[in-house]
Amino acid sequence: MTHKATSGSQVLSVELLARVEGEGGMQVHVQDGEVVDVHLRIFEPPRFFEAFLRGRAHTEPPDITARICGICPVAYQMSACLAIEDACGVSVPDEIRLLRRLLYCGEWIESHALHIFFLHAPDLLGYPGAIEMARDHRGLVESALRMKRAGNDLMTAVGGRAVHPVNVRVGGFHRLPRRDELLAVRPQLVAAREEAIAAVPVVSGFEFPDFEQPYPYLSLSSEHGYPLESGSLVASTGLTAPVRAFNEHVVEQHVAHSNALHSTFDGEPYVVGPLARYSLNHSALSALARECAEAGGLGTTCRNPFRSIIVRTVELVHALDEAIRLIDGWYGAPVPWVPVPARAGEGHGATEAPRGLLYHRYRIDDQGSILDVQITPPTAQNQSAIEADLRAFVQAHLDLTHEELTRQCEIAIRTYDPCISCATHFLDLRVEHR
Amino acid sequence: MADNPTLAVWKFASCDGCQLTLLNCEEALLDVAERVTIAYFPEATSAVVDGPYDISLVEGSITTPADAERIQQVRAASGRLVTIGACATAGGIQALRNFADVSEFMSVVYAHPAYVATLERSTPIAAHVTVDFQLRGCPIDRNQLLEVLAALLQDRTPRIPTYSVCVECKRRGVTCVAVTSSSACLGPVTQAGCGALCPAFNRGCYGCFGPSDTPNTASLAERLRAAGMTGAEVTRLFRTFNAGAEPFRLESLAHEREQVAP
Repeated sequence: MTHKATSGSQVLSVELLARVEGEGGMQVHVQDGEVVDVHLRIFEPPRFFEAFLRGRAHTEPPDITARICGICPVAYQMSACLAIEDACGVSVPDEIRLLRRLLYCGEWIESHALHIFFLHAPDLLGYPGAIEMARDHRGLVESALRMKRAGNDLMTAVGGRAVHPVNVRVGGFHRLPRRDELLAVRPQLVAAREEAIAAVPVVSGFEFPDFEQPYPYLSLSSEHGYPLESGSLVASTGLTAPVRAFNEHVVEQHVAHSNALHSTFDGEPYVVGPLARYSLNHSALSALARECAEAGGLGTTCRNPFRSIIVRTVELVHALDEAIRLIDGWYGAPVPWVPVPARAGEGHGATEAPRGLLYHRYRIDDQGSILDVQITPPTAQNQSAIEADLRAFVQAHLDLTHEELTRQCEIAIRTYDPCISCATHFLDLRVEHR
Repeated sequence: MADNPTLAVWKFASCDGCQLTLLNCEEALLDVAERVTIAYFPEATSAVVDGPYDISLVEGSITTPADAERIQQVRAASGRLVTIGACATAGGIQALRNFADVSEFMSVVYAHPAYVATLERSTPIAAHVTVDFQLRGCPIDRNQLLEVLAALLQDRTPRIPTYSVCVECKRRGVTCVAVTSSSACLGPVTQAGCGALCPAFNRGCYGCFGPSDTPNTASLAERLRAAGMTGAEVTRLFRTFNAGAEPFRLESLAHEREQVAP
């Protein structure tokens, strides 16, 4: 099958996207040389988190919402804590914020190493996956495993384990890590930082399609450095706003051509995640990470989603650098957690998950019983932009063979590191196993 | 390599954390890849080797009509089928729907419930097909996973303890949080496997590995009630990731009923 899509009807279809978290597919309909319809199909079954959280205690969401995603549980724990503390009018001491930031660095390291080397790099080197890639590039894969392990071990030191950490609670942590426990991870982080720096020329040496898109970017911005565990909203449109204004700008709407709820930002498709964070917070990167960005050929902004692998690698260097800095400055805290007594109200929380801004909103009663929940994960927010990318990319590359164009579309989707497990409890879906 | 047994990894309703535990085996992962042919693992590779498969690892619970059919196909294509994690072994956190009206849940989350095909209950894999071994945990433990894979390759029974977290906790030398603090701890009725992680972090066990062998949940619940917990609190304690496991389900119902009594 090598026919080209210049006339007649053609459907580019991937039934099950590989190397993404969760189950999804895509379909692009081309009619007489025009892209007429694009669907990022999600058939991951719904799990109803927003529904069953009602009636639970306000102390429970960190443990429960962690289970939305095994790849980024800390993101859910952190956004949940912030939203509930906001509802109860509590802000945590700075030491606790720093420890949250350190735990979050572990998750970024683990998740970015996974995406860069296991999910994305095989596309660029021409392998179906990292295990096959390891046969020819064993050194690269082993280096990736060591970086990923450094992230996992940091999460274990602070959170107890890498998947669904047990140590996080509303108000702080159940137990403070001892300085020696953190110092034990430091040599691995230092070695991983060297390996991440060495990976910059590798990932920036790939060929990338020339493809830039004009969407607004949305991320957090923080007085505490490159945004992870806290901050306020900032957008490439010039908007700056507190997190509680999220729903004034982001609207989830039902569009006619798809059964998926699409987020729009002030009426447009928009992008959250590494490209947005990097472009809106370049000056907040560590000096080392900025050097890596320059060495990788990045300017102060990046608008080509195919180049996101370079941005993720720069963020990986930053997260390792930041983790080492936080450990070196860690001398404990007066208390592991502060009380967060229930009061009736509504709270908002947003943090930067590896895949982008993750927003939580909780309304609770005066006994702490949860009345209403909204969780807006990054993949749900990026869905409109991913579909718009596919539309533009296919339209511009109809001269490629069917197989090659389909493959390029799948790669384009993977550049966003979509986490369908995260998105699905929220997305409206069309169940279409075929 | 062609003579190596083939391994397939399947996903149903879940968070992907148990599959990720396989990738988290890190250096051991490449060793595993030399002993088995990873034939189907879409989260890690787009390569597909046609079935049947010697070993299938199944993550996730059954929550849709399509998945109820798909698990039959997976069973038919598998030599030995091992379920991994609380979703696959007990229905997972999404089994909280089993205590509620799923159509009401749907209307809370989705604007157009008619488009969503879902079952009223989230059920474990073993409710649908014969399962050769069940590995518990939310998430599963990496070393237990490697032990199960090794046992399958060596054609022996996996050495996975079914005693309670208390045994691990004593062995680890952790001071009992149920005695020294007022933490509610499910350790006495929860299966070991985590290494008594939560007590080591100054908190009570919250039941990730599901019920231990012959758990006395009623006795534990009585003690928690005597210590001042309400029926609603005890219900919620038993009703999380392993809410669908029978001993936890029954104990949660006992206190829920009491709560609505006049």
